[in-house]
Amino acid sequence: MSNSMVNETKQYLTFKLSDEIFGVDVAQVREILDYVKITKVPQTPDFMCGVINLRGSVVTVVDMNLKFGMKRTERTVNTCIVVVEVKIGDETAVLGALVDSVQEVFEIEPQNIEPAPRIGTKLNTEFIKGMGKRDENFIIILDIDKVFSTEELELVTESSNYKPEQ
Amino acid sequence: MIDSLQQAFIEETRELLGELEITLLAVEDAPTDSELIAKLFRALHTIKGSSAMFGFDDIALFTHDIETAYDLIRNGKLGVTKQIIDLTLLARDEISNMLVKTGNHTQINEANTKKIIESFREIVSSFNKTEKKQLHAVVEPQSSSIDKSSDVFHHFHIRFIPGKDLFLTGTNPLMLIEELREMGSLVLSAHLDKTPDFTSLNPEECYCYWNAFLKTTKNLDDLQDVFIFVADNSELTFENISNEIPKDFEIDFAKLQNLVSQNDNDDFRAVLKQYFSVQKQEKQLEINTTQKQTQATNSHSESDSVSSIRVSSEKLDELVNLVGELVTIQATLSQVALSNNNNDMISISEEVERITWSLRDSALNIRMLPIGSTFSKFKRLVRDLSNELGKEVELSTDGAATELDKTVIEKLNDPLIHIIRNSIDHGVESPEERIKAGKPSIGKVHLSASQSGGNVLIKIIDDGAGLNKEAIREKAIKSGIIAENAELSDSELYTLIFAPGFSTAKKVTSVSGRGVGMDVVRRAIEGLRGSVQVSSELGKGTVITLKLPLTLAIIDGLLVKIGSDHYVLPLSSIEECIELTQDDVKKAHGRHVVNVRGGIIPYINLRERFRITENRPKIEQIVIASINNHHVGFVVDQVFGQHQTVLKSLGKYYEKVEGISGATILGDGTVALILDINKLTENEELEETKLASNSFK
Repeated sequence: MSNSMVNETKQYLTFKLSDEIFGVDVAQVREILDYVKITKVPQTPDFMCGVINLRGSVVTVVDMNLKFGMKRTERTVNTCIVVVEVKIGDETAVLGALVDSVQEVFEIEPQNIEPAPRIGTKLNTEFIKGMGKRDENFIIILDIDKVFSTEELELVTESSNYKPEQ
Repeated sequence: MIDSLQQAFIEETRELLGELEITLLAVEDAPTDSELIAKLFRALHTIKGSSAMFGFDDIALFTHDIETAYDLIRNGKLGVTKQIIDLTLLARDEISNMLVKTGNHTQINEANTKKIIESFREIVSSFNKTEKKQLHAVVEPQSSSIDKSSDVFHHFHIRFIPGKDLFLTGTNPLMLIEELREMGSLVLSAHLDKTPDFTSLNPEECYCYWNAFLKTTKNLDDLQDVFIFVADNSELTFENISNEIPKDFEIDFAKLQNLVSQNDNDDFRAVLKQYFSVQKQEKQLEINTTQKQTQATNSHSESDSVSSIRVSSEKLDELVNLVGELVTIQATLSQVALSNNNNDMISISEEVERITWSLRDSALNIRMLPIGSTFSKFKRLVRDLSNELGKEVELSTDGAATELDKTVIEKLNDPLIHIIRNSIDHGVESPEERIKAGKPSIGKVHLSASQSGGNVLIKIIDDGAGLNKEAIREKAIKSGIIAENAELSDSELYTLIFAPGFSTAKKVTSVSGRGVGMDVVRRAIEGLRGSVQVSSELGKGTVITLKLPLTLAIIDGLLVKIGSDHYVLPLSSIEECIELTQDDVKKAHGRHVVNVRGGIIPYINLRERFRITENRPKIEQIVIASINNHHVGFVVDQVFGQHQTVLKSLGKYYEKVEGISGATILGDGTVALILDINKLTENEELEETKLASNSFK
């Protein structure tokens, strides 16, 4: 179930995309990197930033702003790559999420998390585990296994049909 | 602990099964080779023993009956027949299945095992029956053969004391002895003790006498015949001493001769007696020592096996990964050392470079395996297939010692199976057709492997019907792979058989004809960064050549730059680099072709292709590569030169991007993409044909 209730107290890492705050389960976050040079893989959609070298292994980076239909992430001092572990079937893939800034890690009680509204988020509700409340702010808690499922990112081939410039 | 032991057992048994299969196929060719049969028996015996030890009782029970049959074969009581080999091969597969243990139960195909066991029992029992009959048959002639004596050895002690006047009759006693020698194995002792002092010696008299031991099939009469002319004035005794000699006694004649020569006395019999009794003990001793020796050789082979160790392939992969990282970091070090212009550091970095490279070579070497193990598997495949299809096919191989990376070998297995199946199914004709075509009825499929530079060439050669160009053409036009008026060279035409959905076979068999196989073959080979080539002559046969890289982990690449990004092209297919000036582009009227020493070479502008817009340099470079025997250029901004490229996967998300085969990490820590130039060219062709067909509309 995409918007299944969250029923245990968990820690979440929050980050900002434009002005909105998003959260992901800390258990799925591996590390946070400063912005490094990303090598673009040709003929792939814009939200697929490319690949980086993470201590010898090649890791895919996704621009979260573009992925969620917002403007391209501008590079600032706060720009970060959140390295997360995504479950694809039985495998675990490592993936970098390019975000505007990383906020903090905190706990949210299950009672403070509500299921995602069906409308109004402008996001595919599939991606949202729930809406957390903290003070007066809403935090969109993402289900990154869904966001980064291969079906989601496999648009790669379709949207990249190469047309020679003539 | 138990699990790991069981794992070791399973691995070992699998190896034994492999050996069993190879040996079986060898026995089929040489059914009387006792060494091979002994090897079979040993393998079966080991499987039986160790499977009982590790709780695979089903296997032990199953193997027992097969072993019984092979015991008979080993003792020469039963001949190897095709039926037995067929059965044993089936049994081998069954054992292999049994090794897959699910929980506490081995997977048994009860019906199958039962059938195999029963067949073996039948063989053994039918033998036992015939053996009894044969025994009777043998006993009877034996009773009659006793008189014949021709096959029975007699042992004689012959004492020959010639009369003194022997020479006067013109007899040479040595001639007589020679005659004896010709009758069998002779041990001779000449005695000179009757020879008088030199002063009283009469040269016309014979003083010498002889004692001899003869092992012969001749009887007493024959012996007496030899001496018939001297019998009157000589002292002759013949004594059959066969009873004194232990049964099954192997007489060492040289030794005995030695023994009697030392003894100059007349008591020859005593010497013989002594010899035989001594021999008895020695024989005992000998048995003991041979036992010890076999034990010694066993322990010797054990110590031999210690010199190689079993390592899980994961550990090896990890090692190669680490070496890969080391190569990367070493590149960084060299770069830093050079830019710092510190001589000490440069010399250190050069040393590190040297060591890194040899470490890399030896690490990669560990993963190299001879391709022979794969080849031997195909013997079985060919055998089964030709039975199934009613064709007679012989598989020969060479270059089995050629080494390839383990992963390459593993991934090569399926494509090779496909190709060989195709060769047998489509290539090699039925025996009748072959005879009609004036060829020997037995078809030939030859597998060869050889190394050429950084590549390994694997050829699959058959002497079958060859590819029918017209049929391929027709079919390709029909299935819309090529246009009706397309002009293709022979090799291009042949390559069409690898196109998806292509099959010229008229009927679909269980083996092939669905047109999936060859398509998969090409993709698999290209996945290994290899290429496939076909050449063929109608009626004579087909040669399929696979060109494969030696290793997958590290390749020699050519480092280039487009815009701000680096790319690596596989160096193995690159021929040269030339400049592309704005003038050249103008001369070609914007068409993507360039004139190189009179030849026209098309090129792909990677900058346009990858839609890299930033500052285009005035002078670009064209890297010219040879792809499927055609020259294709790739336009880049700048060529840096050779680069040791450690291949990294782009990961799941970029798996399907075409034209990029992976990534590598450069000295400065950035990622460079490795281009798949075959795929790039192919896509370009597709796009351009699409464009062309659109513009006609």
